[in-house]
Amino acid sequence: MPAPDAFLDVRDLRIHFPTDDGLVKSVDGLTFSLARGKTLGIVGESGSGKSVTSLGILGLHNKRNARVSGEISLDGTDIVNADPETVRKMRGRRMAMIFQDPLSAMHPYYTVGHQIIEAYRVHNNVSKAVAKKHAIDMLGRVGIPQPNRRVDDYPHQFSGGMRQRAMIAMALSCDPELLIADEPTTALDVTVQAQILDLMRDLQQEFNSALIIITHDLGVVAELADDVLVMYGGKCIEYGSAVTIFEEPEHPYTWGLLGSMPRLDRGVTNRLLPISGNPPSLINVPSGCAFHPRCAYEARTGGLGTTTVPELAESGRGHLVRCHMPVAERKRIWNEQVRPKLEATS
Amino acid sequence: MVAYIIRRLFGAVLTLLIVSMITFGIFYLVPRWAGGTANDLASRYVGRTANPEQVAEAAHGLGLDKPFFVQYWDWLQAIFVGRDFAFGATQAHCPAPCLGYSFIGRNPVLPDILDRLPVTASLAFGAAIIWVIFGVATGVVSALKRGSIFDRAAMGIALGGVSLPIFWTGLVSLVIFSYTLHWTKPGGAYTPIEQNPGEWAYSLLLPWITLALLFSAAYARLTRAGMLETMGEDYIRTARAKGLRERTVVTKHGLRAALTPIATIFGLDVGLLMGGAVLTESTFSLPGIGKYAIDAINANDMPKVMGFVIFAAGFVVIANLIVDVVYAVIDPRVRLA
Repeated sequence: MPAPDAFLDVRDLRIHFPTDDGLVKSVDGLTFSLARGKTLGIVGESGSGKSVTSLGILGLHNKRNARVSGEISLDGTDIVNADPETVRKMRGRRMAMIFQDPLSAMHPYYTVGHQIIEAYRVHNNVSKAVAKKHAIDMLGRVGIPQPNRRVDDYPHQFSGGMRQRAMIAMALSCDPELLIADEPTTALDVTVQAQILDLMRDLQQEFNSALIIITHDLGVVAELADDVLVMYGGKCIEYGSAVTIFEEPEHPYTWGLLGSMPRLDRGVTNRLLPISGNPPSLINVPSGCAFHPRCAYEARTGGLGTTTVPELAESGRGHLVRCHMPVAERKRIWNEQVRPKLEATS
Repeated sequence: MVAYIIRRLFGAVLTLLIVSMITFGIFYLVPRWAGGTANDLASRYVGRTANPEQVAEAAHGLGLDKPFFVQYWDWLQAIFVGRDFAFGATQAHCPAPCLGYSFIGRNPVLPDILDRLPVTASLAFGAAIIWVIFGVATGVVSALKRGSIFDRAAMGIALGGVSLPIFWTGLVSLVIFSYTLHWTKPGGAYTPIEQNPGEWAYSLLLPWITLALLFSAAYARLTRAGMLETMGEDYIRTARAKGLRERTVVTKHGLRAALTPIATIFGLDVGLLMGGAVLTESTFSLPGIGKYAIDAINANDMPKVMGFVIFAAGFVVIANLIVDVVYAVIDPRVRLA
């Protein structure tokens, strides 16, 4: 998986938070890389470490309460050990982020235009007038009608979809090479979601930036991602191209995620096949495979599941799976048991 | 915006009317319920040697024998047209705006209060500047360095500052800084600003600091809580993600939002103090409005007390009005509501 020419290279990233109750291992040994112009989808339940990873890439964790180790390199520049000022100058200019809820993510006291101008001027030495022209231009490019009028509006005067467009305009204002979108469509209406996803795809092609989409919604991933990384309990449990993850997934948790996705072509009674149980505690991580308490196939590991943490091992070309079951057995279960159930149309 | 201000103005006038009715009722009606007669009230104004006829005449001249609402109406219209009083051989005129006429001092109340206003205003604004700067700065640093020694020490001192009454801190600081160390002026010393600005500031230094300590403590705690809350907001994360300098994130994005409730309370506090910092002025014997009220209460001079209450209430109502308008300026979401 690690590519030497990768634009973003994350190796053995660990982000731990010491708390009164113990050490919270939000991200525990994550490795992946991403090339320019490519899209990576990071998928997982709440608390699986997706958002913590993205904030780590931006260097936004407070050193006082987070322990970050490992390596994050953006175009050759290390972020984990760089001095804060260097990382600050990269934020917004070389790497930018789109947040989940654009209403709370924008400052209520400043106009949308002001916030875009601010993002642009912190990295570009231009006059306010030039920056405002740029802001209007950006708002127009993300599809906001009458941008020269809306630029002076406050966030609360925008609709949800428009706010997310404005947020995207703000993130793209400095033409970043890496764009991280953390649940960009979760707070939006379904009809608006599709528009925003289209917009992001178009803009990514236009700007040729690397894109990380963080979501729990496999539909979003299917729409945009080239590669998919499935996270569980702070670890990567399956990684592969989007086609591989959707067509030949091998980890029982990924099967569960696919089963939790509503599909109209499935029978009414089993349109949803939820994963039983709850996400693991990140303080008292289950022994062995973190997924074993919820895994229907745990018995097939011969007790290994409860004692040993499985390695992330290659199962096919560029396909990595963290599971004790033998590859052949996983493929068999998927093809013979899980896939027919997911595709059942009775 | 204009409609908003007009609506608030109506509310302000209504509030003042109600306050005046209640105050008037307390001073003129409650004694009647307690068994007092018009003559009992009037006897206070005619001297100890007066015979019952003179008292009755005075009661009539002052209108004390009229029904309550007529008396209130007389009092109310005096604010706009002035009023003439006649009792015994004495004729008195109280020109509009007449907030009452003291029969003990034999003078209208309002000019007296206005004479004392500069003292109270000096005290209130001077202290306000000190406490806003110190309180907010301490609160911000405490919030940013949460759990540090500075934070703990500042919040400990603030708790003390909030808990200690001003008549205690005032007296203690007078004893230490004025009578022992001779660093500051003794109580009762006041030089008007137009005479000598340097002396003016010097004479008010100790009252300012004492009064500001009390308020700084409260403001430090409020600012700290507000900053802790806003610095955890999503838009602060966004500001950081944009690559803004930490100083910009804290002041422009964090403090701006955290200061909104502080501005509200600040307006009300200053308004309240403008109506007389009763304890501070008494402790330091400053000839301000608060001292005036205390003297009036001790002398049982009801028109003075009545005039003071209305005057002080007026400041609070005006402060409220200003706060409402300022709030709409600060927070764009209020402006459009």
